[in-house]
Amino acid sequence: MIIEIGHYALVLALATALILSVLPVIGARRGDAAMMALAPTGSLVLFALVTLSFGALTWAYVVSDFSVANVWENSHSLMPLIYKYSGVWGNHEGSMLLWLLILVFFSALVAVFGGNLPDTLRANVLAVQAWISTAFLLFILLTSNPFLRLDPAPAEGQDLNPVLQDFGLAVHPPLLYLGYVGFSVCFSFAVAALIEGRIDAAWARWVRPWTLAAWTFLTAGIAMGSYWAYYELGWGGWWFWDPVENASFMPWLAGTALLHSALVMEKREALKIWTVLLAIMTFSLSLLGTFLVRSGVLTSVHSFATDPTRGIFILCILAIFIGGAFVLFAWRAPMLKAGGIFAPISREGALVLNNLILTVATATVLTGTLYPLILETLTGEKISVGAPFFNMTFGLLMLPLLVAVPFGPVLAWKRGDLLGALQRLWVFAGLSMFAGLAFFYIQNGGPVLAIFGLALGFWGMIGALADLWYRGNFAKVGFSVGVKRLIGLPRSVFGTAIAHFGLGVTVLGIFAATTFGTETVVEMKQGASVDVGGYSLTYDGLRDAVGPNYTESRGHFAVSRGGVEVADVWSSKRLYTARRMPTTEAGILTFGLSQLYVSLGDAMEGGGMVVRIWWKPFILCIWGGALVMMAGGFVSLSDRRLRVGAPSRKAKPVKARLEAAE
Amino acid sequence: MANSCTFRIVLAMVLALFAPLPAFAVNPDEVLSNPVLEQRARNLSAQLRCMVCQNQSIDDSNAELARDLRVLVRERLTNGDTDDQVVDYVVSRYGEFVLLKPRLSAKTVILWATPVLLLLVGAIAILVFVRTRPSQRAVAALTAEEQARIEELLKK
Repeated sequence: MIIEIGHYALVLALATALILSVLPVIGARRGDAAMMALAPTGSLVLFALVTLSFGALTWAYVVSDFSVANVWENSHSLMPLIYKYSGVWGNHEGSMLLWLLILVFFSALVAVFGGNLPDTLRANVLAVQAWISTAFLLFILLTSNPFLRLDPAPAEGQDLNPVLQDFGLAVHPPLLYLGYVGFSVCFSFAVAALIEGRIDAAWARWVRPWTLAAWTFLTAGIAMGSYWAYYELGWGGWWFWDPVENASFMPWLAGTALLHSALVMEKREALKIWTVLLAIMTFSLSLLGTFLVRSGVLTSVHSFATDPTRGIFILCILAIFIGGAFVLFAWRAPMLKAGGIFAPISREGALVLNNLILTVATATVLTGTLYPLILETLTGEKISVGAPFFNMTFGLLMLPLLVAVPFGPVLAWKRGDLLGALQRLWVFAGLSMFAGLAFFYIQNGGPVLAIFGLALGFWGMIGALADLWYRGNFAKVGFSVGVKRLIGLPRSVFGTAIAHFGLGVTVLGIFAATTFGTETVVEMKQGASVDVGGYSLTYDGLRDAVGPNYTESRGHFAVSRGGVEVADVWSSKRLYTARRMPTTEAGILTFGLSQLYVSLGDAMEGGGMVVRIWWKPFILCIWGGALVMMAGGFVSLSDRRLRVGAPSRKAKPVKARLEAAE
Repeated sequence: MANSCTFRIVLAMVLALFAPLPAFAVNPDEVLSNPVLEQRARNLSAQLRCMVCQNQSIDDSNAELARDLRVLVRERLTNGDTDDQVVDYVVSRYGEFVLLKPRLSAKTVILWATPVLLLLVGAIAILVFVRTRPSQRAVAALTAEEQARIEELLKK
């Protein structure tokens, strides 16, 4: 019964979304307040209905109702409870429902916190959100219905894919979708602005917090996914330039550009049309990512051709929304009043450089991801585009950007002084270079060029501190006055500094881990020892163990340093009983920011085991930096004073809205 | 092999981000005794695709075919081939598909040109925008309505 309620709620949601797609737009055109007022109420109803539906599916998972096909395919009664919850989105249908839930959640947020938007803008934004909701509701109901029943009901489920039976599944997809789908709000604002044919700095102020929130969640989601892959996959890699990864990385790159261009628009009224275009592109890339992952087109062009219903449906959604938005843009953008001017050497000039590089980087990843697909479809020729291509092209693009990052915040708006900025920063640049050299010397080894990479990481961190140093004017006013000055600064300044600092930390981690990391592959018999990264590991043999829904062989290793035992680590190979599927659980030991990563290979004849041990120095900086960036996002999001510069007639309402948002 | 590939397919289908899966690449018995040659072999392996996997290099893959290729690369290196010769040989046997970084050719020219061209076009567009903007800006006079508003504001 509950399942049918869930299904029915989804149908009601479709009806609501349809009404919501039409009436508020008409209301906004006619100036009919009642019709426009439908938008926020309707969005809340829509959210309630989809939540109900999602709750029904979750209930089916929790009680292991195997009469529901989706639950039968992806769950097992013995599975730990947390995976029963997270298993809801560990499959195609459920993950689309989560996608939809987050979409209508954002609509509801706009409805609640958008009370001080102009009525027409709010009505249009929510209507555009409803268009997207309608498309995905149709997609779920017509091609991916999670509520289909089985008769007779099987007694036991087929279990969730073992790789997904991990805490990572509980956290990674929701965070990723909060980011991915969060950009829909920016898209809706952009389309609404195009419909109204009006756009100004106030628009940028309204869009910015949504961009910031989506970006922050996407940062967290990608970092979380990367760490999940790192510990789950068992060979210590953390980024593979896989098309599925690229699908989430492209919206992040475009979203980062949007974050910066919206800043220019807000402060200087420049880059208006570009910002609108970027908002459309960012969400388009989210949709494209959904298509790439969901249609199966990446796995193989052929598997796509054998069951193309879902793929073609999403492709249509893609074509309608992206195509429609671009047509609207081409038609309406010329009517928008062009923005203000900017000088090349200025804060906004630096932000334009940021946008140029990030956009080209996005395009590079996009071409690299789609090129083999398109080439094969058009000519039948198969080529591969993998990590070596992306490392080279993307890496080369990022270098100038990373060098430029610390310059942005110290340049003034309107007319900056590059020479002055250089004078201010050269000490810090020297410090970074010195830090890179010292780091290289202490770690001892690796190619000399790595010094520049390490220095680049330090440059990001020290450059962010330099920004705060000059804002506090510590050199002139002394420490205590400087701190007071800093406290008086708006939080967005700290948000910027923290996020840029985090970027530096990540860059440092990437270079340190790749330069100084070691890999040891050995065959070990019980009692054998091997030295890795200054530690000595002694293999203590295999033990058998039984988990709730798997059996495993666990290898035990004693870890010592200088003859003293400091830790021990278990690394295991599991067999999930229901699916007869083997997985590896790497043993990971953390020493400060570095990790020792132990993974079991095949058993050899004569009782030996192939063991792979990686020493990953400073690897935690990679994800730690992302966490710091995320913290920067939240700090910036909490900034009330961000709105103080608003035109006076707008200032009050917007300020009130932000307080509510906190 | 089946194991690694099924894993990958399943995972790509499922919402998660990551496809490459438990891969036990180089085995102890494959490693060359000459560390310089071994390092070259590793570098080359990272550039070559495991043909039966999705987006995995032979260095990362545990597939049987990847192992054969790794051994082949090492054999050629031991026989004194240069890196380029090894790559040429592998390409002659398996085609361009084996290269994870495709060579510049007629069919990959768009791929390689995209970043460069876009960077140039973008930079030129920005320069043109910066140069021409101020003059246009000066021409755009205030409308009567805007003028009235300014006066009104100034009075306040």
